[in-house]
Amino acid sequence: MATETLKPPPGSPGKLRMEHVSMVFDRDGKVTPVLDDINLNVSDGEFVAVVGPSGCGKSTLLNLMGGFLSPTGGSISIDGQTVSGPDPRRILVFQERGVFPWLTVEGNIGFGLSKLSRAEREQRIAHYVQLVRLQGFEHTYPSDLSGGMKQRLQVARALAVNPDILYLDEPFGALDSVTRLIMRGELLRIWQTERRTIIFVTHDVDEAVQLADRVVVLSSRPAKIENILTIDIAHPRNISSPRYLQLRDELLSKIGLAYTV
Amino acid sequence: MTAIERENKSRSMSLLTRLRPVVFILVLLALWQIAVSRHPDQLLPGPWAVVKAIGELLQHGLLLKYVVASLFRVTWGFALAAVLAIPLGLTIGWYRRSEMAVYPLVQIFRPISPLAWIPLAILWFGVGDFAAIFLIFVGCFFPLLLTAMSAVRNIPAVYINVGRNFGMSTAEFIYRVLYPAVMPQLIVASRITMGIAWLVVVAAEMIAVNSGLGFLIVDARNAGNRYDLVVAGMVVIGVIGLLLDLGMRSLERFQSLQWSYSEE
Repeated sequence: MATETLKPPPGSPGKLRMEHVSMVFDRDGKVTPVLDDINLNVSDGEFVAVVGPSGCGKSTLLNLMGGFLSPTGGSISIDGQTVSGPDPRRILVFQERGVFPWLTVEGNIGFGLSKLSRAEREQRIAHYVQLVRLQGFEHTYPSDLSGGMKQRLQVARALAVNPDILYLDEPFGALDSVTRLIMRGELLRIWQTERRTIIFVTHDVDEAVQLADRVVVLSSRPAKIENILTIDIAHPRNISSPRYLQLRDELLSKIGLAYTV
Repeated sequence: MTAIERENKSRSMSLLTRLRPVVFILVLLALWQIAVSRHPDQLLPGPWAVVKAIGELLQHGLLLKYVVASLFRVTWGFALAAVLAIPLGLTIGWYRRSEMAVYPLVQIFRPISPLAWIPLAILWFGVGDFAAIFLIFVGCFFPLLLTAMSAVRNIPAVYINVGRNFGMSTAEFIYRVLYPAVMPQLIVASRITMGIAWLVVVAAEMIAVNSGLGFLIVDARNAGNRYDLVVAGMVVIGVIGLLLDLGMRSLERFQSLQWSYSEE
């Protein structure tokens, strides 16, 4: 386990700060600017969604926040410390293939827990099996799980190491629409019980408006922050209320603009 | 149909399916016997003569001795190749630049038949076990090296990123991500390579040693045109090859190894 750092009290601003972050890929001499002057502050416990046209650099943004890539310009800090690499305090959940096919459900959830005592590990695994409702599948291998179950398993494995930030990279993008709806409800429930900071990349406008406290709209490549929309509706959200529809339309028109820019 | 009924049905089906090759072999043996009895030119001993030859070998205690000698050489040659080629291949494959440097050289060595090494093997090790083991080693080393190299290269980036994300030491990463991720491919390669080893040992024993199943075949011909013993040796080689393959296949039954990238 990573050593516990002093955390600011919940709800305080500035959990994650991105200042003038830019990213340019240079592959075989072909230079592609992907992100341009991104400034973003995420507070502790906040649920932020990132939307934008496909291929605009949403995943790159998450990979930068997660420390898998280093920005070519600007700085990213979490709790005042510059991000310098991947860290078990912030876990990235991938769209597909994120779970290890050679481990059972239990083995996957326990993947990051090898430094705990056996009893503690088992207790932690049992807790998260319950949280993501995979009881009865503890000894099942991922090849026998549905797509939605695999994604729940990935979220459980991430939460089990007690991270303060979860990065979700289109986690429901490969699921069918019904499963996706169910998974949104599950994620909200988990977020409300576990209270982590969540940064959620999606291309689905409804998903963003249903889940997030704020929605960051990116432009097409090289991506800039086009707009940040605050969703001021309490959970559970009534998805046919006038305010919901108004915000949804607003977001849609902003993305529409983003597409034409 | 309930799950149990389905299972029972599939089990009885599989019994029939399993008997099918046995029946097929029996029919072929009968045809062989008939053909031999109708064509008594002694171009090929009949199955009954072969059975008697195997009995004769058993009686003289030669069969067991030769089988053990051959298996001994295969085991050492294969194990040495695996112990060296797999870690080396994994390391080379992990570092893209070293792979680019080594790949052409490996591709030059790979198509050289292990039998081409026989003169050098005898020059270096003399006639004896070491020469045979060396030939098997050469036959197994390059296929295993290439598989290990490509197995590492094919690990999906997601697995590597997850490993990095959970803050593992290099040793932990190798043991808990790299090694399980390449295992299925290595097992398939080992199975194929074991087949190669079994092919090479027979050839090596015909020249480089004076025991083993390969030696039996050459010796039976040289010492008196005992073609019944020649074919008996061939049959024993085939049966043991089958058993080796079944043994290697049983490794694939572990569920933690029963996955492939394609179905994910």
